[in-house]
Amino acid sequence: MKNIDLLRFTTAGSVDDGKSTLIGRLLYDTKSIYQDQLDAIEFSSKQRGLDRVELALLTDGLKSEREQGITIDVAYRYFKTKKRKFIIADTPGHIEYTRNMVTGASTANLALILVDARHGIVEQTKRHAFIASLLQIPHIIICVNKMDLVDYSESVFQNIVDEFKAFSHKLEVTDVQFIPVSALHGDNVVDRSSAMPWYEGSTLLYLLETIHIGSDLNKIDARFPVQSVIRPHTDEFHDYRGYTGKVAGGILKPGEEIIVLPSGLSTTIETIESYTEKLESAEAGDSVTITLADDVDISRGNMLARVNNQPTVTQDVDLMLCWLSGTPPKDRAKYYLRHTTNEVKAIIKEVIYKVDVNTLSRKKLDKNIQMNDIARVKLRTAQPIFCDSYRRNRQTGSIILIDEATNETVASGMII
Amino acid sequence: MFRNNSWLYSAEDFVTENVDTYLKELESDSIYIFREIVAQFERPVLLFSGGKDSITLVHLAKKAFYPGKIPFPLLHIDTGHNFPETIAFRDALNAELGTTLIIGSVEESIKNGRVQEELGFYASRNKLQTTTLLDVLEKNQFDCAIGGARRDEEKARAKERIFSHRNEFGEWNPKNQRPELWNLLNGHKQPGEHFRAFPISNWTEEDVWNYIKAENINLPGLYFSHERKVFERDGQLLADAGLIQMKDNEQSKIMTVRFRTIGDITCTGAMISSATTVDEVILEIAGSLTSERGTRSDDKRTETAMEDRKKSGYF
Repeated sequence: MKNIDLLRFTTAGSVDDGKSTLIGRLLYDTKSIYQDQLDAIEFSSKQRGLDRVELALLTDGLKSEREQGITIDVAYRYFKTKKRKFIIADTPGHIEYTRNMVTGASTANLALILVDARHGIVEQTKRHAFIASLLQIPHIIICVNKMDLVDYSESVFQNIVDEFKAFSHKLEVTDVQFIPVSALHGDNVVDRSSAMPWYEGSTLLYLLETIHIGSDLNKIDARFPVQSVIRPHTDEFHDYRGYTGKVAGGILKPGEEIIVLPSGLSTTIETIESYTEKLESAEAGDSVTITLADDVDISRGNMLARVNNQPTVTQDVDLMLCWLSGTPPKDRAKYYLRHTTNEVKAIIKEVIYKVDVNTLSRKKLDKNIQMNDIARVKLRTAQPIFCDSYRRNRQTGSIILIDEATNETVASGMII
Repeated sequence: MFRNNSWLYSAEDFVTENVDTYLKELESDSIYIFREIVAQFERPVLLFSGGKDSITLVHLAKKAFYPGKIPFPLLHIDTGHNFPETIAFRDALNAELGTTLIIGSVEESIKNGRVQEELGFYASRNKLQTTTLLDVLEKNQFDCAIGGARRDEEKARAKERIFSHRNEFGEWNPKNQRPELWNLLNGHKQPGEHFRAFPISNWTEEDVWNYIKAENINLPGLYFSHERKVFERDGQLLADAGLIQMKDNEQSKIMTVRFRTIGDITCTGAMISSATTVDEVILEIAGSLTSERGTRSDDKRTETAMEDRKKSGYF
């Protein structure tokens, strides 16, 4: 019997490259759209004087988006097949919405990038690929769409593949696959296309259903950020002290020796619990409660790790920062830095360079950070944080900055 | 262009044999969110409607804080037009958990002149609930209201954050939401502001039912096939409980139905159904051509009915 697992993927693109049609096709062909939802968008399409069903209306939920006919925000869509459950983070592709792309990419196992077969690789494609690599999305699928408009030509497809590869060797992407599709007609989306006999690869849905994601999480470096302490104070659990959290890396087992950061005290794991169950182990992604052999002082924001495999403990954090706010960073301004369950004050000490997301070149002279900018920066924190490089662990390698005055989330960062 | 395919399902399309891995992942994410809520807010409260989503929330909260008790009260906004089965179920569950139950009464808001009762054939207290809810939150100084809304339910909800900020008037600003990256949730706020938090944002209706089955969660009998006096209006079956003003051509009769969602009697449609077990309900939903909110007339008032209500502070 096969377990159904969960694949999270992000799609980025503009209205014109057929992204909404492709998502509509996936949802439709996997029977994930209900009749009344289709009736509703059919009605809305007619009201707008369109002669076709505008599938973008399925994903464009907010009033202003419907009025302007563009996707502004990240929209989440869900569908399921017999093999897998999928969560789509559908994000707009325009440069103004880099922050939304970054948001959608942060939790994705896979990025779906659409290329219009008529236009080939454009700046937007490069930007999407760069963000996918920056956010360390393990898998990328390049869907060359609108193949019907280029006579299903193999050479058009092959040129795009070559062009992308020439560009992507500069990026850190390991698993890239290319599929020629026509979202409008359904070629190679769910069903194989008879119009492209030269293509011997998989359909998009088959690929989505079968890509191996089991090794996407870090199963090596044991990391347990403490979320809260449970002390019931009841007769039955009088001296009970449980530490809750979601395992952020590696595998933990009862009986193992662990070290508590920042105190540096070591002790052994007594039990690992999930509700009334005592578990034999817990691995990355599991929400559990841990009890320890010794009474040590532990609170939210502390981290449990192995004695011989500890995260970096530092107050100087080197990272790639994506600025998400309309207000640029102020000189010497203090921010709250959130990292796992820990929160400390931080300042931006130095901007080393900004990245031109279209050419991937480094801008060392222009260091004024604006919304949607991606920059390499150095932060200094008031207390040490216990972190890994983002490349090694997406949970313990990521941070957000929160403005002290407005409480807005103003930046996201990937630790180098 | 999309109408050529068959809309018919075959049974094997939706009978899921083993849903362990993904349900476990969804559960783990939700438990993490519950623990973040309690760590980041001083006075959270769980909005309990008596529906399956809030019952699932309560179950997840129980697991998240075991062996401790659920560390926040339950809040029910009672329109006065609730199914008696809902009220009985609510009271029994609350007694079993030993939680505190707070009831916000729309009836009282009407008596106190805070809101005005709608009149006519389509009168509903659905919209009036917002005022009662905001009054209760303010009076008790709750800084986070935990709800069972899911992103698959409705297009405006598809864009809402897990930690969703409300200004001091309880309003939601969909255009200026805080980005949520990885699993880092930002609950910072000014005094007087509050948050709505949605631990099962990423669950679908089918996920909730599969989880109810896997965890053996009790539900009110309304969700399963039973006989009830109903009448038809605008293609919907509404319960005849003396709360809706019927038109001359509308007649009620006894039918075998169940409810797919449970809200206020005046806006919750029943469906003809013979599904008496969780398994049968799962089969029925998977084969259904209409969405869950298709039985809710409160969403059908305008194209953006939900967004408009949410902006002013609705659930």
